[in-house]
Amino acid sequence: MSSFIKNTKEFNQIVIIETDGYLNNEGGEAISAICYEKIKCGQHKFLINMAGTKVVNSIGVSILIEIIEKLQEVDGKIGYFNLAPIVSKTFNIMGLTKYSTVFATEEDALGAFNE
Amino acid sequence: MKKPSVELKLPILPNMELIATQTSEVIARHMNLTEDQTGEISIALIEACINAFEHSQTDNNVFINFLIEEDSLIIKVIDQGIGFDKTKVEIPKIENKIGKGERKRGWGLQLIQELMDSVEFESNSDGTTVTMKKIINKKH
Repeated sequence: MSSFIKNTKEFNQIVIIETDGYLNNEGGEAISAICYEKIKCGQHKFLINMAGTKVVNSIGVSILIEIIEKLQEVDGKIGYFNLAPIVSKTFNIMGLTKYSTVFATEEDALGAFNE
Repeated sequence: MKKPSVELKLPILPNMELIATQTSEVIARHMNLTEDQTGEISIALIEACINAFEHSQTDNNVFINFLIEEDSLIIKVIDQGIGFDKTKVEIPKIENKIGKGERKRGWGLQLIQELMDSVEFESNSDGTTVTMKKIINKKH
């Protein structure tokens, strides 16, 4: 597993991926590898805990757009929580928040995804 | 008195843009910038460096100059590549990228322009200089 992925766990059919460090192309690919593997196994809900990611680049975030697109094919969804303000702002500028959701906390995210 | 400045010379190697952001964070602390402004400068700088690394199509170094002014921070990212025509760069929209088989990348210039207070591009066949300015909002 990439060192960018700090932890992966599952709760009520939701895959929760915790990241650590710079979300660049390698980080994005590490997330997508997990998501695509889990999608093959029938999992369609993903949350990314980005508490450990204080800086991103557009290449890494673009890979999240690829995951969103893939999830649309299986009626799945992805969300994020514990974002640094600048990461949240970057997601807004790139339009990710039109197709996925930023939550303040894990509790908020799980509450929304369990509905 | 001459204005203080910092100059960096970065080789084109993976993640070298983080050296630029570490430097900008130190300068931001010196200038007492807010956390939001520091983050905005970091992301804009990362994108400018990546553009320089990827699109200059040379193995030459990328130069970064930080100019500390009374009321602003000016950052120049200079490459010695083949240049680009900004008028041919499309403004990206996620609606045009999802579900249409489009390339998902191409957000760098958009992010730089959104996150900085002003941006200028000078480009020709000898290279490109991106000049970015952030007006200071000092922490209280």
